[in-house]
Amino acid sequence: MVYLDFEEPIKLLEEQLEKTREITETSGVDTSKSVKELEKTIAKTRKDIYSKLSAWQKVQVSRHPDRPYVLAYMNALSDNTFVELHGDRNVKDDKAMVGGLAKMDGKPVMFIGQQKGINAKMRLYRNFGMANPEGYRKALRLMQTADKFNIPIVCFVDTPGAYPGLEAEERGQGEAIARNIYEMFRIKVPIIVVIIGEGASGGALGIGVGDRVFMLEYTWYSVISPESCSSILFRTWDEKERAAEALKLTSDDMLNNKLIDGVIREPEGGAHTNHEESYANVKDAVLKALAELEKLKPEKRIALRIGKFEKMGVFND
Amino acid sequence: MSVQEEEMSWFKRIRKGILTETEDKKETPEGLWYKCPSCKNIIRSEEHAENYYVCPNCQHHDRIGSEEYFHILFDQGKYRLLNPNITSGDPLNFTDTKKYTDRIRSVIANTGLKDAIETAAGRIDGHEAVIACMDFDFIGGSMGSVVGEKIARAIDHCIKYKKAFIIISKSGGARMMEGAFSLMQMAKTSAKLTQLSDAQLPYISILTNPTTGGVTASFAMLGDLNIAEPKALIGFAGPRVVKETIKKDLPEGFQTAEFVLETGFLDKIIHRKDMKHQLAFFIDTLTQNVKKTKK
Ligand SMILES: [Zn+2]
Repeated sequence: MVYLDFEEPIKLLEEQLEKTREITETSGVDTSKSVKELEKTIAKTRKDIYSKLSAWQKVQVSRHPDRPYVLAYMNALSDNTFVELHGDRNVKDDKAMVGGLAKMDGKPVMFIGQQKGINAKMRLYRNFGMANPEGYRKALRLMQTADKFNIPIVCFVDTPGAYPGLEAEERGQGEAIARNIYEMFRIKVPIIVVIIGEGASGGALGIGVGDRVFMLEYTWYSVISPESCSSILFRTWDEKERAAEALKLTSDDMLNNKLIDGVIREPEGGAHTNHEESYANVKDAVLKALAELEKLKPEKRIALRIGKFEKMGVFND
Repeated sequence: MSVQEEEMSWFKRIRKGILTETEDKKETPEGLWYKCPSCKNIIRSEEHAENYYVCPNCQHHDRIGSEEYFHILFDQGKYRLLNPNITSGDPLNFTDTKKYTDRIRSVIANTGLKDAIETAAGRIDGHEAVIACMDFDFIGGSMGSVVGEKIARAIDHCIKYKKAFIIISKSGGARMMEGAFSLMQMAKTSAKLTQLSDAQLPYISILTNPTTGGVTASFAMLGDLNIAEPKALIGFAGPRVVKETIKKDLPEGFQTAEFVLETGFLDKIIHRKDMKHQLAFFIDTLTQNVKKTKK
């Protein structure tokens, strides 16, 4: 278990709990009463800490290495029916962008999302969830296949950004993201987007146009990461907390600003403390949204999708 | 369509430097010289302006604003601004080293611009068109809510009056002070372009120095034709970021218009002096058979 800096009190209590249990095992002394007490204290401490997280702390939770990643959602939401499909049919198979066919409660869906990598080795293999142009083009290919067969699309967003590499530029990173955004407004089937971790800028929006866009409670979505914002606007790396507040990047801020359609609550203490509950919450939200969207005619859905994004913006006229 | 837009009157302003008679030139005050930042060649400012702000020695295309482009591209420099009075809100109540509202106010005062884009209707060699042109002087040509809204309304105007649409991009990317609102302008403008496309109206994207970030990753790369000015910097990530990522020096000419043409993302690079007539040719040719089938 990895603990974030502000989770230190939880860590200490968990260690104490561990020791108490060991005592029972080695000495046979009945500690069940103190175990129960400790468990209660841990739950309360966790609740206290998580009820007043700052924007920056929420960003930290969104990057917690024990959170479920995209492939885990794809498997869990589909009772392991998910079959991954590879390649953009042009350059290569981007390991940072995954997708494939699955059934959710017997109904076909196309899943797409950025996969960050579950350990040090896999993070390199997945390029830390930073897709190249071929990742976006693979995503679009899969979306268009889904559209052809009238299969709804669910996109899971978890990326620190589109990869800013030399070859990414040569192969048109800007064009790839632009094309996806544009084409997602022409897709006739329902599109549901769930930000499950980090929603960084154009790299997120490249699979982020949806009839419903949800954010998990402790995730962030903005035009830039707090660190980069701090370095550019405050000219130092040390103002990331201030930048995180200023950007209004949390799920509640994004909902208040009507830039997303809903917040999916996480288990007490974050998604990393209870994967099963996280999957269940996301699945509920996706199925409910799909049921609503399937009632609409495709033209109506597209008109509403365009209309929703067209309303975004604050200006004086 | 806003009422205010309908009520706007046509106006015509002949710019000194573009259309002044040769005899008037000797009245130019001494000291107005232009030194080319590329080849250091020095010419009179008026001569530079007459040459489309391009260095006659090395063809360096100097950065110019929306007003200059409108005068170069619209017939007789005649055009009508669309929605010229939209100004920025402050959706996040944002403060960095300065309050966003104060920043906006001082940029408006210093540049005389209202935001980083101006939209105008006019004719290009007789063809009705709307040009949306970004101004780099306004917070680095950054895209916030105003840029998105003005593009959206310009597209509505094109659809209503069946006009061709041109965007001249020149931008460092999204406007950070508007956070996710600026990000969503990428989606908003792209969404509107699908409607323009459904109306079978041409959209020509002109990428000028520099076009990067969220502008590249949305409307700038979505033209029926993507055109660039020579040597313009065009990319998604800026060169500094790419260099930090690969930890190596960038190859010569990386992310120039010439490079982007070779990698397959531009239709053509066009010298500023030829831009107007080339645009007219494209609009004429692209719409010729569309008009036929509709009649
Ligand atoms: Zn020169």
